Amino acid sequence: MTETSAAPKPRRWAIWLPLVLFLGFVGLVLLGLFRPADREVASAMVGKPLPAFDLPAATADKPGLAFKDFAAGGKPRLLNVFASWCIPCAVEAPQLDQLAKMGIEINGIAIRDHREDVTAFLARNGNPFTRIGADDVSKVQMAMGSSGVPETFVIDGKGVIRYQHIGEIRADQMPMILEKLKEAEQ
Amino acid sequence: MIAEFGLAALWLAAALAGLQLLAGALGLTARGVALGAIVRPVAVVQGLLALIAFVALIVLFCQTDLSVKLVAMNSHSAKPLIYKFAGTWGNHEGSMLLWVTVMGLAGSFVALVERRLPEPTMLATLAGQAFVSLGFYAFLLLSSNPFERISPVPAEGQGLNPLLQDMGLAFHPPTLYVGYVGLSIAFSFAIGALITREVGPAFARAMRPWVLGAWIFLTLGITAGSYWAYYELGWGGWWFWDPVENASLMPWLAATALLHSCSVLAARNALRAWTIMLGVVAFSMSMVGTFLVRSGILTSVHAFAVDPERGSFILVLLAIYIGGALTLFAVRAASVTEGERFAPVSREGALVFNNVMLSAVLGIVLFGTLYPLVAEAMGAKVSVGPPYFNPMSALFVVPMLLVMAVGPLLRWRRDGFTRVRKALAIPAGLIVLAAIGVAAWGGVGLLPFIGLALAGGLAVASLLPLRGRSLRRTPLATWGMVVAHLGVAVALFGMASESAFSVEKLVAARIGETTAVGPWHVKLEGIRPVAGPNWTALEADLTASYAGGSPTKAHPQARFFWSPPQPTSESALLTRWNGQLYAVLGEEADDGRWQLRLWWKPFVTMIWFGGLMIGLGGLLALLGRVASDLRRYVARGKIAYRRERQGR
Amino acid sequence: MKRLLILLLMVFAAPAFAQDTMPPAPYAYRQLDNPAQEEKAQALMETLRCLKCQSQSIADSDAPMAGDMRSQVRERIAAGEDPEAIRAWLVERYGDYVSYAPRVTALTWPLFILPVVLLVLASLLLSRRFRKGGGE
Repeated sequence: MTETSAAPKPRRWAIWLPLVLFLGFVGLVLLGLFRPADREVASAMVGKPLPAFDLPAATADKPGLAFKDFAAGGKPRLLNVFASWCIPCAVEAPQLDQLAKMGIEINGIAIRDHREDVTAFLARNGNPFTRIGADDVSKVQMAMGSSGVPETFVIDGKGVIRYQHIGEIRADQMPMILEKLKEAEQ
Repeated sequence: MIAEFGLAALWLAAALAGLQLLAGALGLTARGVALGAIVRPVAVVQGLLALIAFVALIVLFCQTDLSVKLVAMNSHSAKPLIYKFAGTWGNHEGSMLLWVTVMGLAGSFVALVERRLPEPTMLATLAGQAFVSLGFYAFLLLSSNPFERISPVPAEGQGLNPLLQDMGLAFHPPTLYVGYVGLSIAFSFAIGALITREVGPAFARAMRPWVLGAWIFLTLGITAGSYWAYYELGWGGWWFWDPVENASLMPWLAATALLHSCSVLAARNALRAWTIMLGVVAFSMSMVGTFLVRSGILTSVHAFAVDPERGSFILVLLAIYIGGALTLFAVRAASVTEGERFAPVSREGALVFNNVMLSAVLGIVLFGTLYPLVAEAMGAKVSVGPPYFNPMSALFVVPMLLVMAVGPLLRWRRDGFTRVRKALAIPAGLIVLAAIGVAAWGGVGLLPFIGLALAGGLAVASLLPLRGRSLRRTPLATWGMVVAHLGVAVALFGMASESAFSVEKLVAARIGETTAVGPWHVKLEGIRPVAGPNWTALEADLTASYAGGSPTKAHPQARFFWSPPQPTSESALLTRWNGQLYAVLGEEADDGRWQLRLWWKPFVTMIWFGGLMIGLGGLLALLGRVASDLRRYVARGKIAYRRERQGR
Repeated sequence: MKRLLILLLMVFAAPAFAQDTMPPAPYAYRQLDNPAQEEKAQALMETLRCLKCQSQSIADSDAPMAGDMRSQVRERIAAGEDPEAIRAWLVERYGDYVSYAPRVTALTWPLFILPVVLLVLASLLLSRRFRKGGGE
C-alpha cells in the first residue's frame, strides 16, 4: 500500500459523521429550547380506575374517604389533593367553593396534615368538600400518581380517573374544568 | 467607577480580539504578512485586559458594591470575605467573565511562549483563539453584562446560596473552568493545523503540553467536585451521573483520548486526522457541557437557570464554532493522511484501542445525558441514571483498563505478546487471586466485583514500565504515566470498595446512646447550639471509636443560614487510612431522639487519592515535556550560536 | 457540579415556604431490621427518582415526599414484595420518569442499541486500521 491509499475513499462519509451528529444535537436542543417548559410529572393513572384505598376522616365534621365511595355511580366529581400547609391550595379555595355551589361534588384528600390544621384551614378558606380523607404518609397520593399539592382529579361516575389538573385551579381555568366534568359524563 | 473601568477593559479586550482575528487572517495572505507581526502582542494585551476586567469584578464583590446589579443579586455584606471573593464566579455573569479571562490568558500564554510551530500555523491558531473569544465577549457584553448598575441601590444584597459557601466549592469551579477553557488551545491548534495543513509530530509535540495542562485542571476539578458532592450533600454519594457532572466528565474523556493520541502522533506520526478531530471534540464538549448547564435545558424542572435568550445565544455560538470546525475538518481531513502504519499488537495499537474505548464511553455519557431530551421531543419523560450509565460505561471501561495494563509494556510499531507474557504473569495472577477472594467473600455486586478483582493487578501492571530501568534515569514523562495509571487503579479500588463494603446506619438516638456501624461505635453525647458568621446551627457532639480504640470527636451540624434563609447539613468525617466514618445530624424526633445518619465507607478516600494521583501524573509528564523541550531549545540555540561564530 | 447545588438549593428552598409539620413516615429514616431486605430496599431506592427534587434519587433526598416513598418501598419489601414489582407499580403511576433504570420500550430502545452500535463502529474502525497497518 502506498501513502496515498492510506486515506482511503470509503472513509469519506465517516468524516462528515461528527458534523451530522452535531447538527442532530443542535436540532434536538432547538426543539427543547422553544418547547414550552413542561415541569410537571403527569399521572399515568388517567383513564384507569381509582386505586383501592380507605382513608380516615381528616376533620371531625366530614367523613373520611374510600374508593368505594366513587363506585356508587352517579355524576362525575372532583377529587382535590390538598394540604393546609400549601399556599396555592388556599389560592384555589374560592374556585373550589364556586364549583361546590354549582352542585359539583368535591372530595378531598389532605396530604401530610394534622387534623386541627385541616379544620383551621377549612374554617379560614371555606369547606367545599363532602368528604375528606387524611393521607398522612402520601400513600394514596402515590397510588394515584400525584406528585404534589394541589392537584385535582376528575373522576367519572364509574370511578375512573378522567383528568388530572396539576397546580391550583385559577379563575380563568373554571370553564376548562367544567368542560372536563362534562366530558366525564359520557 | 470600578465597574465602568472593568466594562471598558472588557470592550477593549473584545475589540482587540477582533483585531487579533483580522490581523491573524490577513497575516496568512501574501499581502498582509506584515500584519502578522502584531498578532502576538495583541493576543497578550487582550488577555491582560480580560484579566483586568475580572479583577475589577472581584474588587466589586469584595467591597460588596451593591450599586452593581450582579453584586446585589448574589452577595451580601455579612458574608465572610473569602466567600465574597469566591462569589465572583458563583453566578452566571461572573463565571462567563472567568471563562473569557481564562481563554484570553491562555491565548496570551501561547502567544508568548509557543515558538515551535511554523509562524503561519501560529497565526491561524491565534486567529482561531480570538475568533472563539470574540463570540464569548459578545455573549458577555450583549446579554450578560456583569458590570450593569442597579437603581435604586438596594440596602442589602440577596446573598449567596449557602451550599456555595464552602471552601471546596469556592475553588472547584474555577479549577474546572481552567480545564474547560484550556482545551480551547487544543481547539485553536487543531483549527490552525487544518487551515495551514500542518499536521505532524511537531504539531503534536507543540499541542501536547497545553492539552496536558488543561487536562490536569480538569482532573483535579472533577476530583474536587466529586469530593465536595460527597461531603456537602450529606448522603454519602460521590457520583450521581447528574447532567452537571456528566457535563464535566465529557470533556475529560475527550481530553484523555486526545492526550494519548497526541503521544502516537508525536512519537510515530500516525493518527493525524483522528488527533485533529479529538482536538476539536474536546473543547466542543466543554462548550456543549457549559451550554447544557447554562441553558437549563436539561434541568428544565428547575426554573432557576432557564433563560431561553441566553440559551439561544450560546447555541448560536456553538453552531458557529463547533459546526464550523467540524465542517473545516470534513473538508480538510480527507487531505490529511493518517500517517505511519503499525500492527495491532504495538504501543500504537494499544493507544488506538484506548482511544476508541474512551470515545465509546463519551458516546454513552453524551447520549444518555441527552436522551431525556429526545424523549421529551417525542412527548414522553424518561430518566436515565446510574442503572444505565454504570454497566454501559463498564462495558467499554473494563477492556480499556486491561489494555492500559499491557499497552505501556509494548514496543512501538510492532510487538508480540510473547515478549511481555512473563512480565504480565504477576498482575494476571493477582487478578485471578483477587477474583477468587472476593467471590469467596460473597455478596458483592457484579461491577464492584470486577473493580475489586482488577484493581490490584492493574496497580502492579502500572508499575511494570519501571521494571529494569534505572529509576534515576527514567524520564519524568514515564514517571507521569506510571503515577497516573497507578492512580486509575487506586481510584478504581476506592470506587469498588465503597460500593461493595459501605455500611449505612440510620438511627433515632437518645442522648447517651451508642450505635454500632461497621467496626465503629458512635455515642451521641449531646446536642448544642453553635453560631457562625452568617449561620446558626445545632451541633451533635459525637464520640466515635474504631474497633474499641481510643475515642475521637465528631461534630456534624444542621445549619441554618440567614442570608438567604436556608438549611444545610454539614457532615462530619473521621478519616482513617482504611476509610471514612461519615456522620450527618438529622431532625429531632418527637420523643427527644435525634436522627443520625452514619456510614462506614472502607477505602472511600482512595477514589480521590486516585484522582489526585492521576492529576499528579499529568503534572510530572508536563514538567518532563517542558524540561526536555527547554533542553532541546537551549541545545539548538547553542548550535546556532556556534555556527554563527564559525561562520564569522 | 456547581449547578448541582443550585438544583439542591431548589430542593431545600421549595419546602421553605410550604413545609408540613408532620413527622416523617415510619420507615422514611428507619432501616428494616432484616439486613438482606434493607439492602434490597436501599438498592431500589437509589434508582427511584425523587419527584419533588427532580435530580436526586429518593435515597438522597430530605424532601418529605421522598421520605414517604422510602417508607412505602421499605414496607413493601418487608411484606415480601419483589423490588422490580414495586418499581413497576410506581412506573404504572408516574411513568418512566420515576425510575432511573430505563426499561426497554418503543421509546428507549435507542439507549440499548447504542452500545451495540458503538461496539460495531469500534471494531470496524479498529479492524480497518489494523488490516491496513498490519498487512505489510
